[in-house]
Amino acid sequence: MSEVYLNGKFVGDVDNGQAFTQQLIQERRKGTMSDLLNVFYDGITDEVTIESSKGRARRPLIVVKGGASLLTDAHVRSLQKNELSWKDLVSQGIIEVLDALEEEGALIAFSPTELTPEHTHLEIAPVTMLGLCTSLVPYANFNQSARLNAGSKNQKQALGFYCSNFSVRIDMDTNILHHPQMPIVNTIMHDVSNYAKHASGQNIIVAIMSYKGYNMEDAIILNRGSIDRGLGRSTYYRPAIAEELRYSGGLIDDITVPDKDVKGYKSERDYRLLEEDGIIFPEAAVNEGDVVIGKTSPPRFLSGMDEYSLASSTRRESSVSARHGEGGVVDFVLITENGEGNKLVQVRLRDERIPEIGDKFTSRHGQKGVVGLIVPQSDMPFSSSGIQPDLIFSPYGIPSRMTISHLIELVGGKTGALNGRFVDGTAFDAEAEMDLRKELLNLGFKENGEETLYNGVTGEQYQAQIYIGNMYYMKLKHMVANKLHSRARGPIQLLTRQPTEGRAKEGGLRLGEMEKDTFIAHGASLLLKERFSSDKVIVPVAEESGLIAVEDKYQKKCYCPLTGSTENISYIEISYAFKLFLDELKSMCIYPRLLLKNKF
Amino acid sequence: MWSGLPKRSKNKMERPELPSYLKTKIDETASKMKVDKKKLLASATEEYLSAQVEPGECVGLVAAESIGEPGTQMTLNTFHFAGVAEMNVTVGLPRIIEVLDARKTISTPMMEIYLKSPYNKGKDIKKVALSLKETALEEVIKDLSISIADLTIELTLDKEKLKDISMMPVTVQKLIKAGVKELNMKIKDDLIILNLKGKDVHLNQLYKAKEKLKKVFIKGVKGIKQVLPVKKGDEFIIVTSGTNLKDILKMGTLIDTTKTTTNDIFEIHDVLGIEAARQTIIIELRKVIDSQGLNVDMRHIMLVADIMTNTGVIKGCTRYGVVGEKASVLARASFETPIRHITNATLHGEMDHLSSVVENVMINQPVPIGTGLPGLITKIKK
Repeated sequence: MSEVYLNGKFVGDVDNGQAFTQQLIQERRKGTMSDLLNVFYDGITDEVTIESSKGRARRPLIVVKGGASLLTDAHVRSLQKNELSWKDLVSQGIIEVLDALEEEGALIAFSPTELTPEHTHLEIAPVTMLGLCTSLVPYANFNQSARLNAGSKNQKQALGFYCSNFSVRIDMDTNILHHPQMPIVNTIMHDVSNYAKHASGQNIIVAIMSYKGYNMEDAIILNRGSIDRGLGRSTYYRPAIAEELRYSGGLIDDITVPDKDVKGYKSERDYRLLEEDGIIFPEAAVNEGDVVIGKTSPPRFLSGMDEYSLASSTRRESSVSARHGEGGVVDFVLITENGEGNKLVQVRLRDERIPEIGDKFTSRHGQKGVVGLIVPQSDMPFSSSGIQPDLIFSPYGIPSRMTISHLIELVGGKTGALNGRFVDGTAFDAEAEMDLRKELLNLGFKENGEETLYNGVTGEQYQAQIYIGNMYYMKLKHMVANKLHSRARGPIQLLTRQPTEGRAKEGGLRLGEMEKDTFIAHGASLLLKERFSSDKVIVPVAEESGLIAVEDKYQKKCYCPLTGSTENISYIEISYAFKLFLDELKSMCIYPRLLLKNKF
Repeated sequence: MWSGLPKRSKNKMERPELPSYLKTKIDETASKMKVDKKKLLASATEEYLSAQVEPGECVGLVAAESIGEPGTQMTLNTFHFAGVAEMNVTVGLPRIIEVLDARKTISTPMMEIYLKSPYNKGKDIKKVALSLKETALEEVIKDLSISIADLTIELTLDKEKLKDISMMPVTVQKLIKAGVKELNMKIKDDLIILNLKGKDVHLNQLYKAKEKLKKVFIKGVKGIKQVLPVKKGDEFIIVTSGTNLKDILKMGTLIDTTKTTTNDIFEIHDVLGIEAARQTIIIELRKVIDSQGLNVDMRHIMLVADIMTNTGVIKGCTRYGVVGEKASVLARASFETPIRHITNATLHGEMDHLSSVVENVMINQPVPIGTGLPGLITKIKK
């Protein structure tokens, strides 16, 4: 007697679990049972588990009977002629979709050559073991698995052609690559996923060599000429959004050019790009601080008589302007209504991004790097045939990471480019490296992909042979233009009077605990004081009570908050945060008393 | 203009002198090596002075950073065992934390017992080692059972094992009698029959007596759980797990009391005093740091050990120990549990003299270290 569980619930017993399971599988293959059903017999606990619930990860496999694949050459031929479809194969029981549990009881052959009578299934293709992004890595089976993870993660961040109707969409923070290309060395997954229609990288010439130390620590060197010809160029889109919100009392925001008497009016210059409707015009060049959508809001707190006074005089300015450090060209203006019927204005800004020092690039093998130097084309190394690399990659990135696929792609790309064809680099089923080498040799190149290069500056021949070829490189979405930040003076927080934090708020760069320690260790006491004086204040102290005195600027009077005496008041310099701390103590009924002493 | 340190020789300042014991040593060396005494003394003094710490140097923070920085690298290879095979020893960061926090119970207490001649040459080393090991009755029993019908405990001794620790069954029987006084003993050949004294004996009581019986101390030193003879250099020593320094040091005929040691700082403190405890802290920290292949200057470790022991008791570098005894309220509050320190300070009306680093950073004043330390004194002409 075997117990039977359906979707985790006990439903009854059968006499022979093994036979029952086999019968169920046969029925499913015949089509009398749903192909969404999976069943597994556990011999140890003598239980049959049937699963038909949603959310299981399942994968297709070819059914094997008596050591022979049910999928024959005849099937493949009719598939090619479009006489047969995937669905037919499933309904004929040739292909079966297993879930993780049923897979437990299956013996799956990796390739047809290793089939034995014990095998129950055969892999359709070994790549199906990998995920979508990982199967886009060419020659993936030559790599360490950690690099494959890195490689597929990097591809997700690559700029490309994310959707074909981007020109009429308002998306947050999107990028479009200007000249996307299909990789020369590709995998079957590139075809399956229609990669040519939404590619996200470019085939470029890569030389693996050092260049004056500017490609240390994973940095890369770019060719200025290649950039001028459009390498890695992209457009960055970011929308500015304004909505006419409704407030209680029938008050409403107004999208318009604000009047001069509006509270918080910026300056006439800031509003210069707005048209009469308060919205900027398309193709206007916007700089930081320029108003993109003019808007005024009703006063924040309405009370008593305010309602009857002139509304406009108390209205607040609430325009949307280009952020700090960001500008661009107005690309698209959309005026519409949102779900609540409020007027909604969306303005999309566009900014052309030409590769610069600090932009991030990657190949498909987890070999990401940041541009360290852009070299004029005239100074780039060249080969005897006049080929100059678009990108120089440092050889020191290879040994510790062991990304063999990176090296094979370079030869593959070179062969493909010279012969005008694509190279299949599907994991486990790729074109053999030896074949590529032979082909390269026949094309008149050195079979190992090395070439004699000449120093672009002096014209001298390099002593070493340089490994050079074509590779697929991608620009990643992390661009310095979005991250560059510095500050000397700027906004401070209201509570502590210390500098704000973060780029968006034009914040300061914190001198932290450990940085502080370095100053102390050097004995640089006064330098430390100066660095920490961002919130220093000079406060009057009533020496008698030890409290911070009240300073009445109108009456030009300074008195003790406890006794009211104006005697014995001294000024001291402390950090505002400490003054705040004293205030907090007082709010908890703790009396912090400052005892002053002459410094000298 | 700042022009470096004033040359001491050119200055009219009193020339600092070497300690007298160093002077005599230099004299000896000079006469041995036949060099000019004065010249040697001069250059030695120069070296000695340059090795001294300048006033205002912030030694505590530098020591903290110098131990802390390599400590971050140690977190990765934590659970590696080093030292003697078969014996599990805490090393790496956990051990450093244990020492610096001055934990009362350490995770792997250990002793290194040095022996007197001829035992340190390997004579009877196994026997000696086993004689130190704490042996309970249950380890020398062949069979132990309760007879429910008679309400007695029946017990047979393992003669082989008794031979190993060179004991006679008779002495064991005596020890049993002394160890569990509530039992009467009868002996039938090899079998020892025990029954509880008094009437109305309950089975529960018998069970309890049986458990007590198992733990009866037979031989060795209490607390020594494992012994392992090891060759160190050209002599044999005994490494133990579990420590009992006091009792071991009493065995003066067998062991070398000058070298024998334990890694339990508190035990050292109790038996040998605070100076020895300080030295043990230094040795234990040094051991871990060296075993990890790190390079930390001895003086940093010595400073930490000094601070942990300078009050005569061992204080850990925790909020209850070293940090808890800081004079400044603000400094204590900025470390851990600020609310507790501030409420306590309020209740006692504590005063903060703002004499240390942390407080002055908080109120944005020059810290009294380095250039912030010296004050300027001038006579004002009237």
